[in-house]
Amino acid sequence: MEIRSMHFKARASAAAVDRALQAKLTTAKALFVEGRRRAVADIDLEATREASKGIRDAGIADLDLWLERFEAEATRRGGRVLWARDGAEICRLVIDIARRHGVKKAIKSKSMLSEEAGLNAALEAAGVQPVETDLGEYILQINGNETPSHIIAPAIHKTREEVAALFERVHRRPRKREIGEMTREAREVLRAHFLSADMGISGGNFLVAETGSVALVTNEGNGRMVTTLPRVHVVITGVEKVIPTLEDLATLMRILPRSATGQTISNYFSLLTGVRRPGDTDGPEHLYFILVDNGRVDLLGGGFQDMLRCIRCAACMNHCPVYQTVGGHAYGWVYPGPMGAVLTPLFVGIENAIDLPHAATLCNQCGAVCPVKIPLPDLMRKLREAQVERGLRPRRERLALAAWSWLARHPALYGLAARIGARYLKWQAGGGERIRVMGMAPAWTAGRDFPAPEGRTFREQYAAGRRA
Amino acid sequence: MAIQDSRADILGRIRRRLGRTAENAAAGRTALNAVLARRAQGPRPAVEGDLVARFCARAEALASTAEEVASMDEAPAAVVRYLAAHDLPRQAVAWPQLAGLDWAAAGLRTEGRPANGDDLVGITGVFCAVAETGSLVVLSGAGTPAANSLLPETHVALVPAARIVRGMEEAFDLVRAECGEPPRAVNFISGPSRTGDIEQTLVLGAHGPYRVHIVVVRQP
Ligand code: SF4
Repeated sequence: MEIRSMHFKARASAAAVDRALQAKLTTAKALFVEGRRRAVADIDLEATREASKGIRDAGIADLDLWLERFEAEATRRGGRVLWARDGAEICRLVIDIARRHGVKKAIKSKSMLSEEAGLNAALEAAGVQPVETDLGEYILQINGNETPSHIIAPAIHKTREEVAALFERVHRRPRKREIGEMTREAREVLRAHFLSADMGISGGNFLVAETGSVALVTNEGNGRMVTTLPRVHVVITGVEKVIPTLEDLATLMRILPRSATGQTISNYFSLLTGVRRPGDTDGPEHLYFILVDNGRVDLLGGGFQDMLRCIRCAACMNHCPVYQTVGGHAYGWVYPGPMGAVLTPLFVGIENAIDLPHAATLCNQCGAVCPVKIPLPDLMRKLREAQVERGLRPRRERLALAAWSWLARHPALYGLAARIGARYLKWQAGGGERIRVMGMAPAWTAGRDFPAPEGRTFREQYAAGRRA
Repeated sequence: MAIQDSRADILGRIRRRLGRTAENAAAGRTALNAVLARRAQGPRPAVEGDLVARFCARAEALASTAEEVASMDEAPAAVVRYLAAHDLPRQAVAWPQLAGLDWAAAGLRTEGRPANGDDLVGITGVFCAVAETGSLVVLSGAGTPAANSLLPETHVALVPAARIVRGMEEAFDLVRAECGEPPRAVNFISGPSRTGDIEQTLVLGAHGPYRVHIVVVRQP
């Protein structure tokens, strides 16, 4: 997927004044945040988070050994394990597989890695028709391959009217009013694809080393269709997704749906192991796993290794005040919200996503809800430090900070500057309590107010108090 | 670089970053086998009282419907009652495994085969069911086609009470004990298929069944 993360500020400002988007984000926030709060009430949340963190850390600490074990177990049961270093290799491997098995149409259950790789465009170029089957992803695909704005609710930014108009145009059927009718129409259109596709492409929520299986979670049931009906199934997943045992899977399945959608369990949860057995009437005859690096391996053993624990639940963005204001598209790549603010610079290069680690208030709502206890604000802070160390911050900011640090070392001058500044700001507020447009930084106040100072600095007041 | 080299390259870099050596690899593998043998469980929520009652309550909370019958012989009539009450066709595709029940006597035309896209009612049994979450567990296999719980608009599942287990851990233990090898698919089904992808509005019947009806059978 094209990287547009350098334009965060422009996109965020546009989003912040988009009223329709704001309304949708507010509903979503209420649903997800409330839902999660209710759903975690019946488990020992802290113990489960700690255990989940432990499971993910165990897999990552011996990642090479667990991957070897996974590969051996999966291969023993008829799966083929392939490896891809980057998006281009993912595309090449999938196209090779499609050619080998004479595939014309591939149905897809949501895979973020396929987004990372831009797989749909590559498949189309190779003459294979990709069909997204997650309703949200499908809506985006038929709308000119629009990009997702949330990792579990990709079309969260669309209204029912937009979807109705889109369906009318693409399906050439009478326009529907109700969301239920639209869903039925999509079901009918996609059902035909499910039954005629030669290949299913899915992501994987977890890889289980014990049995060489992939665990897949969906609510719509499209994950089951994609992995049951076509004769070829390709799983594309990051190398970091491996966990040791089925017991570990059970633990993570207590925390994943609760954190993601506020469900105690997702509607469909499948543990898939090997190919169709003799006598079976369904299931793929060919099963491929593509285990992907694409920047993940470089995080091992460094300051950002914690991020590899991520189980892509989206709780961090659902709880993030910045995401709630700007939505997912502002982040400019596959992953939005706090996890995206960390992952995007790490995957696409710090210099290509300068604003993202700053797209947070560091309030730690994300860190507090993350089911695998990733210290997201700490990681964002580390990324900011890395930007400064590499001299990547804008020149004006560097100059301003240099001036500030020089002033701070000269207390008398600092006091004078602060006195002038406070009076200037008071004058700007024109007697009010907030500054709506700041003369020296009008862009900064376009989306926010600045509280007006009283007129005298803390040091002035302190000195006056001492004299009195 | 050829694609086969990707494996060596990726694993090689992982090993370097983790500081893997021949010695610590041997120790690591021993530790790995110990983890696999121990199969330690994580913290688990309390599942108190009668497992059947808990299972039914949870399943209903997930928008399934549930009823109980005394024995397997009574199941076909219960299924027909449900279909009649919801104005659904008296024709179904059933698991071949359930062909022994007297469906015709209850007034239901059934075919014991995998479902195709046109079947409206699918009848299945279960491998087991999970009380903690109200989930049905079905395994792929010759007599238990996965499509029957997925393609039809209505899914009716017969659940022997004795097969209701506490949690997912017990379900996996049963798979290990009774199948040895895991089957191709272990599917946990928790209510009708659903989506919230348009305006976060919950709609039942996304791609799979619109409704799931559960008949708990007290005596197998
Ligand atoms: S960082 Fe944590 S909260 Fe965010 S998606 Fe990943 S696991 Fe979920």
